[in-house]
Amino acid sequence: MAGFLLRRLANYVVLCLVATFLAFTLASLTFDPLAKLNERNPPPPASVIEAKRRDLRLDEPVPQRFVAWMSGVARGDFGNTATDQPITAELGRRVGVSLRLFLIGTLLGVTLGVLVGVVSAVRQYRFGDYFATLFSFLVLSTPVFLIGTLLKFGALRLNQGFGFTVLYFTGEADPSFQGGWAAALLDRLRHLVLPTLAIALHQIAFYSRYQRSAMLDVLGSDFLRTAQAKGLTRRRALFRHGLRTALIPMATLFAFSFGLLITGGVFTERIFGWFGMGDWLVYGVEQQDTNIVATVTLFVAVLVLVSGWLSDVLYAALDPRVRV
Amino acid sequence: MTAADTLLDPDGPGTTGPVLEVSDLTVSFPSEAGRVRAVRGLSYHVNAGEVLGVVGESGSGKSVSSMAVMGLLPDTARVSGSIRFRGRELLGLSDVELSRVRGHQVAMVFQDPLSALTPVYTVGEQVAEAVLVHGRGRVSRAEAARRAVELLDLVGIPRAAERARAFPHEFSGGMRQRVVIAMAIANDPDLIIADEPTTALDVTVQAQVLEVLKTAQEVTGAAIVLITHDLGVVAGFADRLMVMYAGRAVETGSVDEIYRHPRMPYTLGLLGALPRLDATGRQPLVPIEGQPPSLVDLPPGCPFAPRCPMAAPECTAEEPALVPVPDAEAAAPTPHRAACVRMGEIARVDATPEEVYEVEAEVPEPEIARVPRAERTTVLDVRDLVKHFPLTRGTLFRRRVGTVRAVDGVSFDIREGETLGLVGESGCGKTTTLLEILGLEPPMGGSVTVLGKDVSTLDRKARKAVRADLQVVFQDPMASLDPRMPVGDILAEPLRVHGHDRRSIARRVPELLRLVGLRPEHAERYPAEFSGGQRQRIGIARALALEPRLVVLDEPVSALDVSIQAGVINLLDELRAELGLAYLFVAHDLSVVRHIADRVAVMYLGRIVEIGAVDAVFDTPGHPYTQALLSAIPIPDPERERRRERIILAGDLPSPADPPSGCRFRTRCFLHAGLSEKDRRRCVEVDPVLERHTDATGPVDHEVACHFTTVRRVV
Amino acid sequence: MTLDDTDSAGTSGAAGGGPVDASVEPTRALTRSRLVVRRFLRNRLALVGLVVIALLYVLAFASPMFAPWTHAQQDYTAFLRPPGGSHWFGTTQIGEDVFAQTMRGLQKSLTIGLLVGVISTAMAALVGATAGYFGGWVDRVLMWLVDLLLVLPSFLIISIASPAFRGRSWLLFVVLLALFGWMMTARIVRGMTMTLREREFVKAARFMGQSPLRIIVRHIVPNMASLLIIDATINVGAAVLAETGLSYFGFGVQPPDVSLGTLIAAGTRSALTFPWLFLFAGGFLVVTVLSVNWVGDGLRDALDPTSTRARRRERRRRRVDAGPTTPTTQSAPTTQSASTAPSASTPSIGSSHRPQSTDDGSAG
Repeated sequence: MAGFLLRRLANYVVLCLVATFLAFTLASLTFDPLAKLNERNPPPPASVIEAKRRDLRLDEPVPQRFVAWMSGVARGDFGNTATDQPITAELGRRVGVSLRLFLIGTLLGVTLGVLVGVVSAVRQYRFGDYFATLFSFLVLSTPVFLIGTLLKFGALRLNQGFGFTVLYFTGEADPSFQGGWAAALLDRLRHLVLPTLAIALHQIAFYSRYQRSAMLDVLGSDFLRTAQAKGLTRRRALFRHGLRTALIPMATLFAFSFGLLITGGVFTERIFGWFGMGDWLVYGVEQQDTNIVATVTLFVAVLVLVSGWLSDVLYAALDPRVRV
Repeated sequence: MTAADTLLDPDGPGTTGPVLEVSDLTVSFPSEAGRVRAVRGLSYHVNAGEVLGVVGESGSGKSVSSMAVMGLLPDTARVSGSIRFRGRELLGLSDVELSRVRGHQVAMVFQDPLSALTPVYTVGEQVAEAVLVHGRGRVSRAEAARRAVELLDLVGIPRAAERARAFPHEFSGGMRQRVVIAMAIANDPDLIIADEPTTALDVTVQAQVLEVLKTAQEVTGAAIVLITHDLGVVAGFADRLMVMYAGRAVETGSVDEIYRHPRMPYTLGLLGALPRLDATGRQPLVPIEGQPPSLVDLPPGCPFAPRCPMAAPECTAEEPALVPVPDAEAAAPTPHRAACVRMGEIARVDATPEEVYEVEAEVPEPEIARVPRAERTTVLDVRDLVKHFPLTRGTLFRRRVGTVRAVDGVSFDIREGETLGLVGESGCGKTTTLLEILGLEPPMGGSVTVLGKDVSTLDRKARKAVRADLQVVFQDPMASLDPRMPVGDILAEPLRVHGHDRRSIARRVPELLRLVGLRPEHAERYPAEFSGGQRQRIGIARALALEPRLVVLDEPVSALDVSIQAGVINLLDELRAELGLAYLFVAHDLSVVRHIADRVAVMYLGRIVEIGAVDAVFDTPGHPYTQALLSAIPIPDPERERRRERIILAGDLPSPADPPSGCRFRTRCFLHAGLSEKDRRRCVEVDPVLERHTDATGPVDHEVACHFTTVRRVV
Repeated sequence: MTLDDTDSAGTSGAAGGGPVDASVEPTRALTRSRLVVRRFLRNRLALVGLVVIALLYVLAFASPMFAPWTHAQQDYTAFLRPPGGSHWFGTTQIGEDVFAQTMRGLQKSLTIGLLVGVISTAMAALVGATAGYFGGWVDRVLMWLVDLLLVLPSFLIISIASPAFRGRSWLLFVVLLALFGWMMTARIVRGMTMTLREREFVKAARFMGQSPLRIIVRHIVPNMASLLIIDATINVGAAVLAETGLSYFGFGVQPPDVSLGTLIAAGTRSALTFPWLFLFAGGFLVVTVLSVNWVGDGLRDALDPTSTRARRRERRRRRVDAGPTTPTTQSAPTTQSASTAPSASTPSIGSSHRPQSTDDGSAG
């Protein structure tokens, strides 16, 4: 069992490295970091451009640049941005901002999603099911940037209604905030609500659909019938035998919801003005900054790795059949 | 009964009178086509401690009616009538009220043990749960766990205390069924409903499970309702019988009475359709024509009338009631009743199935059968065939952890016009053998020669040419035909592959359809529009398209109902005679093999342990495994069945990845257990080879691989 | 209970000896196609979705014929005018007609969605069927590729690649979207191919000498038709979402082309004060994707009634009592009933992220 998980881990590490390499290569090929310099008016002297080119190692082949960058990463140095700011300096803060959003969003999403899905399946074709289905269809058909904008809209009305700012919709904290830790926490919370909701809504909708279908699979199963024949009431059989088994496919889903989560995170951070990793990615692409993009890619790949591996662990924990 | 006595009470409260009384039960379901009336006015009762056998084909309503008793039908089902358990009406009780009855007083054993247990809990937990849920807090968890182990021990699970901590997927099908039985008897029920409890199991395992069920009945004193399609299983097990057709009981009575003097033509047909292990000579089986009626809008009259050879105009007027048969003894403790307007005539002559269904007396013999075997050409010759699979673990970094010796040195040959039956339990390697032959690839070891051509010498073109002579019919008529292709295209495919032109294909397809008893205009239809039996006929027609010399039949009738099975077997018999085909007939059902095969080979763990002429092997089996296999097969004759001594094999089939040394059967061999130390060592150390039998006339066509061959009659 | 359970009923009969027809007419009023249509029509939402999509297409492509303004025109008399008058959806900062712009964007988004949905599903069918049928190293290489592409969200990759198609045709964008949108479907197709490959009719074709390519084309792909139709539909929805998302950041459709995504992006900046600038485009977007998803869901229910209970069942011996179904209930031989992994019975809205099938690894 431990061997199995270790092998999976090794597999993910390899995948991560290759993925980062591909992103790095792609960025190196498509980006033109000298464009900004070239477009300047009046044009800077050729020597300046040449110096920049050497600085960015643009003459070296891409794999060599990647190796150079990676060995820097191994030492904890992610290189500089195009504007010569060390990436490492900003990385920690941005990672913290993104993780706060992702973790709370996922936790809320998984818990509520599974709950909604189970209720939906057990009460199939009743009001609750229809409502939940409609909700998830609607949410999954609405891109995050629309949900975000609409939430902003709602918050504006709410704040107007209360006459003061209940929920903030820009930034992750008030930079000019002064006060004790409790008040600081409250401030953070008031900033947190809307972006988290924007992310969690999608997650809830996503998980609830799958949980519903997994639960429906189980509803017709023979072992549920056996449990009832044993003397369990339907409700008890459903929760003790049905739900427990229907959770198994959710473990694999966990890894894959992360893609959705990260994409959603990019929009959310952008819309609510959070300076996290998603925001950085967009900035990096806009500025054609290879190092930023590669750093974000690595971060994303590591996240996917961790979630993928966690999902393997979860799977093994939930399903005795894979514990060999 | 050691642990059992402390656990269970063989005499339930009030041992007299009916435990269960069902009257005028109707069950219906919504469906795309309309409301399906699955059970239509069913009345029966079960007395304390007795075994009631409920027999019927697919769709007869036998399972649905028992699910109604348990209150486990889906919400969409509409149920009416009355179900009384010990005088208490169960119909209309709430789920909570019913749950106190279920598993406590009425228990159930299901058909498919592989999916009947929750995969994520240990079997110990699941059995303990049955104890706990009715313990109402009086039983502690530890106590329930201890009881669970005792129960598992009682149903014959070796090392019960240890195995209780294992998960269901670590058990074989037979062992899982034992666990289900353990759960069923956990609370000393008064009634156990067993719904096809052995249908999904191998015959030797079926014998084991029936034995456990018998023990369960002895220790609990419960009445049993045994639902089955297999007239053999009930013959030795049940006291009373109820035959169901189209949602109603059509004949009831004591087992002996029904088997000896069936009065309803349907029962007669069922009995006649069954190939028998104890048959002598070759008689065609009795096929019941047509198929069970749709239960959506049943026309008035007897639902069996459209298939009945004796149907008269009055049959379609009104559905006959279940009434005592005219020749019944009035004083009999269990009255014999049947639902047929013409049963008087049947009773008067005490008609046999063959008389009622007017079948021919002899199975047609192919002309080639007159030529002595040695002079006929060999169509298939398999020598020392070996097929091993690597046993791997891991996904990305696959590594080999062992070798599954699926086929490990198998030799046999098939002559022109001959049928070889290849039998054995699941996992014995018979399917692998067959796929190796059909693959026509150079084997891992040994040789396969088809019509004189060694397959390892074939190039691609020659291989394709050989394929025309070697065709296959699969088990599952549902899966073997591409559902997206009309039947005409299905039959044309082999012809197209082998380069026949459009015109000859257009001529051949209707010919083939007629050959298997279908109509040419059926070519435009899709497989889904046909019934199982018809589909199997299409599969046979496809196999015959290229006029092969050898047809490999992989369990061709095991997915069909008895009455339909008979028709397909008869068809195979006729085709063989007409076209001079040779068959390699792979089956687990030895009765069918006895009926159709000339020679039979018995496989165990990748080896052939006994091979020879079918009568020699069946009448004088030499290998203990063959003896056990034969003795495990029930015979549809209550009297003989009760007298028969059954050899129950111990345990499960060993893993083919790690077969026992020496004789592979020794770990389960009853003979081995009784041998002297020295002889036993021989079994452990020396791998027995097939040795030819000799009788007064010289060597006979019968070889056995056993060091201590002792012939034993078991049928 | 699989529907196959109903099929064990059969005919019998004196087969040989001339053209005796023992068989009862192979029945049934309900053919599969009629049943599918009936099931689909019963699903109101799916029907509504289908009608809405049809209307959207008609509206998007026919509206220039009757709308008072074209998307390129500017009305210098009306800047940031709310909806009303000849500007049905109002005007923008520079006097463009929002209705005409929205329709223009809708055209592009619908076209991109359809193209990407079809192309990526075709790719998925090709890769998945190849990997599943041949197995071995072909399978391992292809699935490793799929895994790799799944590690990174396609959003990230396309946004990195976006500078490359700045100023080029939007068709390049379509290709990119398709290139990163096939992996999930491919996984499911692979899983199904692996089960189909073991189905007896495929074995039968193999044993009669049929070539692998023909087997894939004639037997395997047609039997996955329902899955492919469903997935293509869902992929259309996913593609529209992906397109608008990328366009929102300017990584997708490039000016002068407009799509719903670019319109929403332009509108959000002043969304709180001039909501009509983005609400209409947003509304059309949601309605489009929602309808597509409803249709996908309805198709799944209609084509694959067993999807919610797709469960492998070992049917070695004879079948069980038919239970709630009878011989009359047409058994639809849907391919999905043989689905391997939980993923094959994916619930309705898969969008672009569907779970990994467990047969390939995690269950190892």
